Amino acid sequence: MRSGHISIWFFIGVLLTVYGAMIFGDGVFDLATGHVPTVILANLHAPVWWGGLLLVLGLFYGIRFRPGRNG
Amino acid sequence: MFGLVSAPVTGGFVGSLPSLLAFSAGPLARLSPLDIAVIAIYFAMVIWIGFYLKKQANTSEEFFMAGREMTAWIAGLSFVSANLGSLELMGWAGSAYQYGILAAHWYWVGAIPAMLFLGMVMMPFYYVCKTHSVPGYLKLRYGPGASIVSAFSFAFMTVLMSGVNMFAMAEVMKVVLGWDLNFSIIVSSLAVAAYVALGGLRSAIFNEVLQFMLIWGGALLVPILGLVEAGGWDGLKAKIAHNVQSGLVPPGDYTHMWRSMGHFSDNPMGIHWTGIVFGLGFAISFGYWTTDFLVVQRVLAAKNLRSARMAPVIGSFFKMGVPFIVILPGLLGLVVLQNPDGSLMHLVGQNLATPGSGLHSYNEVLPLMMVRYMAPGLLGLGITALIAGFMSGMAGNVSAFSAVWTYDIYKPLIVKSARDEHYVTVGRWATILGVIISIGTAYMVMSAAGIMDYVQALFSFFISPLLGVVLMGMFWKRATRQAGFWGLLIGTLTSIGLYAWVKVDPSAVRYVAFSPLAQALAQDMYRALWSVTVTVIVTFVVSLFTKPKPLAELDGVVYGATKIPKEDPVPIYKNEWLWAALAIVLFLGLNIYFW
Repeated sequence: MRSGHISIWFFIGVLLTVYGAMIFGDGVFDLATGHVPTVILANLHAPVWWGGLLLVLGLFYGIRFRPGRNG
Repeated sequence: MFGLVSAPVTGGFVGSLPSLLAFSAGPLARLSPLDIAVIAIYFAMVIWIGFYLKKQANTSEEFFMAGREMTAWIAGLSFVSANLGSLELMGWAGSAYQYGILAAHWYWVGAIPAMLFLGMVMMPFYYVCKTHSVPGYLKLRYGPGASIVSAFSFAFMTVLMSGVNMFAMAEVMKVVLGWDLNFSIIVSSLAVAAYVALGGLRSAIFNEVLQFMLIWGGALLVPILGLVEAGGWDGLKAKIAHNVQSGLVPPGDYTHMWRSMGHFSDNPMGIHWTGIVFGLGFAISFGYWTTDFLVVQRVLAAKNLRSARMAPVIGSFFKMGVPFIVILPGLLGLVVLQNPDGSLMHLVGQNLATPGSGLHSYNEVLPLMMVRYMAPGLLGLGITALIAGFMSGMAGNVSAFSAVWTYDIYKPLIVKSARDEHYVTVGRWATILGVIISIGTAYMVMSAAGIMDYVQALFSFFISPLLGVVLMGMFWKRATRQAGFWGLLIGTLTSIGLYAWVKVDPSAVRYVAFSPLAQALAQDMYRALWSVTVTVIVTFVVSLFTKPKPLAELDGVVYGATKIPKEDPVPIYKNEWLWAALAIVLFLGLNIYFW
């Protein structure tokens, strides 16, 4: 699916990286400021670990399939 | 897709949309600036992909078949994603709330055997004959008669379904977020028209893979947090049992799939196991997954035969996982959703969830669960997942329409011989035309929502007969040109006739579905079974009295007359038969575990 051009996995990597950074950053900000979102299980800080997971996955795909890199 | 009384379906087409769209009160969610940024970035990304891929869609092979260079993973994920619309996510979550884990049949027995059959048995013929579409295969096998009938019915249905999808998305966005209907329709249709018209099938496939990742990334958090709150699967089962015993939840077996299938009256769906196995598991499921060009087109874009066979196998694993983001949230809703006063929330049918009633309908369970658990940013991701699902449904229909219009209607009937660039241009304009017709359909549905019930029925009329003629043509050398045409026509008329019979005389259901207790869902299954049976019989009988095609003309399209190319050996872990066997084991294991 690279087809000699930019891979779809790179696009996915970019999107997940941006989303992960935004959500993770907001979660960390809430954690640091003590702000608690009005949702159930807010004490689990889902934005931090879910956003972090998206960020890691995004960086992996973004780097692994960056343009110009074979494979 | 397979019709359901209150939900969309496994196949990506819609069950009873009015019920899905019948939401109760005002917006369920308020988006933060972070949520809106998440949604805006998604739209920017899909348009970027469309513009980027435009330069890779210059020839008809590139525009309509994505250059036939997709890997098994891309084709497989696209194959599943084209079917994973938001109506399906929300509708089946609502059905799980209403009927329990029975709804998972549409993901397992109603999909997995057919997907594996497509990959391991049928794909070689579709792929070797290099057809551009399923009507194209019928032309090679039976000649233009059956192909033209199939092409027109398919083209008609795709733009209709695309419009229904568009309207449904706008309606859901209005209810969940309070967005204006016109705004949602215009924005979504412009985005889909742009990225499909620019990049063709490759762009549609790229976006479907992107949308697939978003759907999982946006929706998986709901069951994870829901299970934490409910105390795991065992805790969920115990809480459901407690709620049933104390009368908080209607009586029924919500956590077992087969135990209540012995009789029509033993389960709330009014289904017997024969209907599930033969009607859903064969007639409907095989019809959709092996002959609906919307999904088959994704696999035809694979780069070689092994990838084309592997794609549905890969897709089957993800399909088996979808109930965890669809069915599980519905079940969790039975125990965790609460009213503001802390009492258990009771979702109701759409007829009761009227504006001002303060009640929510079954189909709101997934948005309600999202709002329950998802903080700013995550909620935007969840909403983006729903939007992505809607757009993949629209794009899938429009790209398939474009290919069938150009290859199976325009080329054989209007301009038979022209330069390749001409057909690419026609394809691009067909994409835009498809979107415009879809918008018209969306507004038509808006003015008469009852139309959607008939759209669902229309779709079911064509799929099962198509399965009958494709199977007979692919596996019986004797099937003739005339038999294909008459089999398709009479099979379709049978389905229409049975539908009309029950509409006129509801008591006829005891003949059509073998029980007066059979609900609409069960009726769909038995009607499909009748239709495919009649198609096969007609095709068989007409073939006996007509002249078959010479064997030499059947090369590449019929079992026994086709030499399947040998593929290079691969390590065992890359062998498609191994993975198909593992898929079967997992499929059986899931059914036994949740028996």
